[in-house]
Amino acid sequence: MSDTEPRTDGGATATTTARLRRKIDRLTVEDVGLYVVLTLAAAFYLVPIESGLVTSFKTGTAIIETAPFAPPGPSGLTFEKWRTAIDVLLRGMGNSLLYAVPATVISAFVGSITAYGLTIPTWKKSYKALVLMLIIAGIFIPYQAVLVPLTQFWSQWAQLTEVLSFVWALGINDDYVGIIELVITHVAYGIPICTLLFRTYYKTMSDEMIESARLDGATLRRVYRRIVLPLSGPMFAVVLIYQFTQIWNDLLFTLVIVSTESSPAAPVVLILAGLGTSMEGQDFALRMAGAFFAALPTLAVYIFFGEEFAEGVAA
Amino acid sequence: MLDFYRRLYRTIRPSSGDDDEARPGDAEVRADGGVVSDGAAGSAAEPERDLVTRIKSALDRRFGSDFMESSVFWLPPFLLMGLFVYGAVIWNLLISLTDYERFENAPDYSNLDFEMYTRALADSGFIDAAINTLILLIAFTAGTLAVGLVLAILIDRGIRFENTFRTIYLLPMSLSFVVTAQFWLWIYNYNNGIANSLIGTVGLGPVSWLGNQDIVLYAIIFALMWQFSGYAMVVYLAGLRAIPTEHYEAAKVDGASTLKMYWRVIIPQLKGATISAAVVLMVFGMKAFDFLYSLVGGYRPPNGADILATKMVREAYANLNWAYGSAIAIVLFGMALSVIGPYLVYEYRRDNL
Repeated sequence: MSDTEPRTDGGATATTTARLRRKIDRLTVEDVGLYVVLTLAAAFYLVPIESGLVTSFKTGTAIIETAPFAPPGPSGLTFEKWRTAIDVLLRGMGNSLLYAVPATVISAFVGSITAYGLTIPTWKKSYKALVLMLIIAGIFIPYQAVLVPLTQFWSQWAQLTEVLSFVWALGINDDYVGIIELVITHVAYGIPICTLLFRTYYKTMSDEMIESARLDGATLRRVYRRIVLPLSGPMFAVVLIYQFTQIWNDLLFTLVIVSTESSPAAPVVLILAGLGTSMEGQDFALRMAGAFFAALPTLAVYIFFGEEFAEGVAA
Repeated sequence: MLDFYRRLYRTIRPSSGDDDEARPGDAEVRADGGVVSDGAAGSAAEPERDLVTRIKSALDRRFGSDFMESSVFWLPPFLLMGLFVYGAVIWNLLISLTDYERFENAPDYSNLDFEMYTRALADSGFIDAAINTLILLIAFTAGTLAVGLVLAILIDRGIRFENTFRTIYLLPMSLSFVVTAQFWLWIYNYNNGIANSLIGTVGLGPVSWLGNQDIVLYAIIFALMWQFSGYAMVVYLAGLRAIPTEHYEAAKVDGASTLKMYWRVIIPQLKGATISAAVVLMVFGMKAFDFLYSLVGGYRPPNGADILATKMVREAYANLNWAYGSAIAIVLFGMALSVIGPYLVYEYRRDNL
């Protein structure tokens, strides 16, 4: 036994070396250039993020004395900024989750149902195209064009604060009405993109099974529940991830619906936008720490589900 | 459409006619909406079912066999979306014709005019913002597409670690504008930022990136390109993968150089990818509001970087000129529509909807 071990080891090394040599032989100048360019590009995308990360751990003097992308020395290292950022932003994180999660789940389901109704059943194509055009155009409209009416709607027309008075009676701050308004708003404006994503998926679905089910007399509802929904899993992953990122990251709606960062219902982006600015100047370390803390959920989603995210944005 | 109503009327006439005679006073109300409930209210259940099936079959004949049954699925979400999107845009248009401002509770719709639009044309701030918006849209879209295309071509050359590179390039896209604004604020910092220390190594600068009116817009465009070129890369990569290998080989056999091959053979085939990516990027560009707001932590972007999106929100929510803000929003909407409209028609023609 003791004999064979070194031999296999040595053999493996030999082949690896040979393989490596062959590879180097094949490597042309062009290839080397290619990898250099790709790596430089990767550095270009990473440096802003990396320098933000190292800066968030620096003391005030370290920020001035060290290069922006260099890690802090042992004397310039501090976790104080992270502690402050977490202190300030934690409630915002909770608030953001409170509307981002329901809004994501609801809009994904609604999008799936809408896309199903517009893809699988047979009805006149030209009418379908009209409905689809109106829906898809909804993805692209600048939200500025609906802001003032939206404010009017929530503040003057839909008196949710009064309707939900029994909730505030339980001791919940009535600013949280903003969270409910945000859920409804994000669902309404999320329907177009969710529908489009599901539709691209349902279009590729084999219709043999669905057609035979229809011939057997299955209703559309049954076809959806038994065939289409169980097969929608992969697309649900894509849509949920895409929607969650979009809703979590959105500032505009939170700004006009919740409006003040001091509100107990303020989402994390709203607090972050005003973090680290004071009369004495800007506290960059605090800003960076806050930015990273607020980005944690979307970063986690991206790192674990990068493929689905790429698929979502490509559609 | 008219034809449809006529046919619908013809199908439902017999039973509603009966009811009209019985209660002539209600005839007008019932003629349009109350038809179905009329039958239910009447003593005979049989004509009612007959009526419903007739309407259903008339609709089915008009729209296709599953129209009625499928409407349960798409109609309610469509209406909700329509209300929030198109209803709101129309409402916004109305508000922009009023003089609604300050702490009035609701706009006064009795006196509509185009005053806000003439005011916009006379407002140099509006003109500057409109020009900046156009520069931003064009430079940002073109630049992002170019970077994305180059990256996609490089990645598509059968490299190793392809997934790693792709993940890194797309990473900024997953971040919020609010977050990336913090990063770039730090990069563009006058004293300690990377941008200045980088150009310092070649003996330039320091430059006040966000303070110089002539530079700030391009500095912001650069930051936005950083965030979204990964997106353009993903779209182009999908386009490149759809091109058959024979096209590459044919070009090689013809003896075309790599550069020529891409320019003459491959890039023209990416027209579809370019168009859809460009439309999406322009829309992202119009939404750059979040970025500019977070950069300064307020409604007033750095001098020289005001765009329509920020001006609209500032006029409405900081200056409380609601009607004026709405008018700017309508201009922005018009700009978006002039991009989206042709795009949707194009997709429809390609049968891609």
